[in-house]
Amino acid sequence: MDLSELYTELVLEHSRNCANKRLLECATCSKRGYNPSCGDDITIELLIEKDQIIDAAFTGFGCAISQASTSIMIDLIKGRSSAEAQKLADIFLGMIKREIKEEEELEPLGDAIVFQNISNLPARVKCAVLAWRTLKAAVPEANSH
Amino acid sequence: MKAKLKLVRDQFPILKQRVNGRKLVYLDNAATTQTPRAVLDAVREYKEFFNANPRRGAHYLGGQATILLERARRKVQHFLNAPSPEEIIFTRNATEALNLIAYSFGLSKIEAKDEIVLCISEHHSNLVPWQRIARLKGAALRYLYLNDDYTLNWEEVKNKITARTALVGIAHMSNVLGTIYPIKELVGFAHKQGAAVVVDGVQSVPHQPVDVQDLNADFFVFSGHKVFGPMGIGVLYGKRRFLEAMPPFLMGGEMVEYVQEQEAAFSELPYKFEAGTPNLEGAVGLEAALNFVEEVGWDFVQKQERQLLAYALETLQKIPYLSVYGPKCLKQQGPVLSFTIKDCHPHDVATIADAEGIALRSGHHCAQPLMNYLGVPATSRASFSFYNTKEEIRRLAASLSKVRKWLGYGS
Ligand SMILES: Cc1ncc(COP(=O)(O)O)c(C=O)c1O
Ligand SMILES: [Zn+2]
Repeated sequence: MDLSELYTELVLEHSRNCANKRLLECATCSKRGYNPSCGDDITIELLIEKDQIIDAAFTGFGCAISQASTSIMIDLIKGRSSAEAQKLADIFLGMIKREIKEEEELEPLGDAIVFQNISNLPARVKCAVLAWRTLKAAVPEANSH
Repeated sequence: MKAKLKLVRDQFPILKQRVNGRKLVYLDNAATTQTPRAVLDAVREYKEFFNANPRRGAHYLGGQATILLERARRKVQHFLNAPSPEEIIFTRNATEALNLIAYSFGLSKIEAKDEIVLCISEHHSNLVPWQRIARLKGAALRYLYLNDDYTLNWEEVKNKITARTALVGIAHMSNVLGTIYPIKELVGFAHKQGAAVVVDGVQSVPHQPVDVQDLNADFFVFSGHKVFGPMGIGVLYGKRRFLEAMPPFLMGGEMVEYVQEQEAAFSELPYKFEAGTPNLEGAVGLEAALNFVEEVGWDFVQKQERQLLAYALETLQKIPYLSVYGPKCLKQQGPVLSFTIKDCHPHDVATIADAEGIALRSGHHCAQPLMNYLGVPATSRASFSFYNTKEEIRRLAASLSKVRKWLGYGS
């Protein structure tokens, strides 16, 4: 994989200065995700009201891939219902596993499509999926409250 | 020197490989070393001509296998200058050897009033087993923190290793910092306090001659795969009087004299600690690896590795925003160099180097308490062997100089 395909403007933009990296004081749910292979450690916070993700943010640290993937995901899920967010996570994980390849099916992922070829770098797959796995675990917890 | 380097490198077929379009630059020798032809040939020869269970079966091959196992054991004995072959136990790796010490010696000898003292830079292998023993026995676990230059702090030693200390665990050389600790002096001090000392020699054995009698360590362990041998073979050296007093660790075949329904009598040393069919191809490969190192010669190994470390320290420290974690002094540091680049996560650093065929390690290096102590989540690490070249270090430096740019930080 060419590095310029991995560290694109979009990814660098998200990894460096993210408006999405902050504490969400009124969060209704918070979930920590940890990637022992490189130490990526993020906590995703969601404000869910009437099954709508009103706001989302994250804190923590990690590599450029994990930070960018988290930030892009947050932009994507804000304003969605929790079922929609779950669906997006499934599509993202399906894309990484190469189970979903059709462009049409991937379209809802928007900017997150940038990670489509990450499986060419097996060592970095965990970095890209960390946020999405954490989200999948967070949403059902939020709804059970 | 140069001609010899070429000869030596030619012994390692894997180094000729191209990765991502470039000649492989293998700088992850602290994780595992590559295998020379002599080792590949020895393992193959064993499999082709002598494969059988040692110490069992009255047939010809069984006899040959037994001879090979004991020959390998004696090679290790001489390599470490251990007093006798019975004090050399084959294990799967250093981790298993350390667990053996913890579960056999630790469980039977350490008590609630005791303290276990470890160096803060220990690999999880020489740390997590002791956490477990401390928990099981209600003993206290204490750590030796370091000087600002990452060397052993004698104030810490004097404060923490006391009459209450039952055991001291320390690596001969840190796999993260590269620090070579003054084991002989430390053992002397610990023994005066009545403590036993476990030395993790995984990182020192590939880089310097070791004399366990001179160090006077009570236990000393290493792994075959980090000294040009195969994976799956490790070594425990222990002083005879310790090993004899210790209960067995794993039970089963090969380690018993006779077995009745309710009890068994255990074998003598070293077999008491070698349950089950051993990894004989591993032992044979390890013997060949140790012979190989001796043929290359410690003079060459140490001269070459010191030059590489000196050159790497000089070149890498010229790179803006790069910080090195280690003594940075050739007397106290082996050929392991940990570093970070400001704003850049080590995992991204490794990916960027890999794109040019350069194998680095990044992460916590199985030393999370050390990472916390250093205040970093992870570092990148380049670790050298005598088969590496200055040219490879130049390629590393060139690649590292580009990291910040790749990650969007102007320079
Ligand atoms: C200092 C040190 N101790 C112990 C180990 C564990 O070695 P193994 O995994 O071969 O048991 C390592 C390996 O990284 C090491 O560097
Ligand atoms: Zn990562």
